[in-house]
Amino acid sequence: MNNTKGYWRLIKNGIFAENPIFRVALSLCPAVAVTSGVKNGFLMGIAVLFVQTMVNVTVSIVRKFIHPKVRIPAYMFIIATWVTVSDLSLAAFAWDIYKQMGLYIKLIVAFAIILSRAELFASKNKVTPSFFDGLGMGIGFLLALIIISFFRELLGKGSLWGFQFTEAKPLLIMVLPTGGFFAVGILMGLFNWIDIKFFGGGGASGGGH
Amino acid sequence: MENLFELFIAASLINNFVFTRYLGLCIFFGVTKKMETAVGMSVTFTAVMVISAALSWIVYKTIMIPLSLQFLEIVVFIGIVAGFVQAADTIMRKMSPGLYYKLGIYLALITTNCIILAVPLINAGERYTFIQSLVFGLGSGIGFSLALVIMASIREKLELANVPKSFQGLPISFIATGLIALAFLGFSGLITL
Repeated sequence: MNNTKGYWRLIKNGIFAENPIFRVALSLCPAVAVTSGVKNGFLMGIAVLFVQTMVNVTVSIVRKFIHPKVRIPAYMFIIATWVTVSDLSLAAFAWDIYKQMGLYIKLIVAFAIILSRAELFASKNKVTPSFFDGLGMGIGFLLALIIISFFRELLGKGSLWGFQFTEAKPLLIMVLPTGGFFAVGILMGLFNWIDIKFFGGGGASGGGH
Repeated sequence: MENLFELFIAASLINNFVFTRYLGLCIFFGVTKKMETAVGMSVTFTAVMVISAALSWIVYKTIMIPLSLQFLEIVVFIGIVAGFVQAADTIMRKMSPGLYYKLGIYLALITTNCIILAVPLINAGERYTFIQSLVFGLGSGIGFSLALVIMASIREKLELANVPKSFQGLPISFIATGLIALAFLGFSGLITL
């Protein structure tokens, strides 16, 4: 896999075939929690993209020095370190948004998707493929968050990226806590429907861990 | 005393972890397929939550604040929780194999769960006292257990329902959760903190 095509395939894999939220159904908490506005969703997605890529690269670099028995705790500390980095940077550069979603940024550390990519991919592959795998997963995550928050902000507040372009608020419920569950459920169903209808897939979503 | 009661109600009902803070969804959807696993998980979760809240409070107050290491809270808390869960796992296996047989598998899943980690982080952020931290941990645990039991009973019924193919499994569970969350919204006026 040492050509551009292979790398492109890794990225596409993260966006479509193994999209973390809609297909694999990992790390659902942030998908519901921070998607009441496109800006929040975007920032969260960027934070996850950064952490996932850096964790993959770090794990891949040190994969030969870590004893297999202690690998999971070692990965946890690598993830926690990178999450601290992004947590402190966001607090420094985007304080307004950080105030609303600081807790969720800190909890990136417990996202199953990051640990599972480190364990399943980065610990077995060289640095460059790991980097692109992390990038693909991160982009897939970012896109999913943007799609969910797009619908929620548009329907709930009549605005996009904080920019108000209509006074009408067709479905106020979409920005309330409950709206997130509805939005994710309906979008997941939609993805399954497209999969069954046009690609002949089984439409099964993941186990929900 | 009154404050503690308010804190308990707020943590368990008004700011319920699943329905208004949206945490622990992975476990929430993972273990609610059967009532039995949901109950086992609730018991383990509540116990781990209270104990890890206490441990992290002690470490935070006695070590991290004097050395001004608060910026390391994520790394330290995850270390504490993981270490404690591992220790509990080993001790339970030796001391009471019966209990271990029942609850051991849930312990393994808990280590890196966002709810368990959120409790110490919120405690540290809100500067709760020791007793308040314990009450917050207990309230959150009870609230989470409530959510698990409600959801498990709904999903057992849902198994028998005729759901469109593309909505089977997770999507319909999400929508059901949304409906319960709507009901929990009613608690928000219960206490003004």
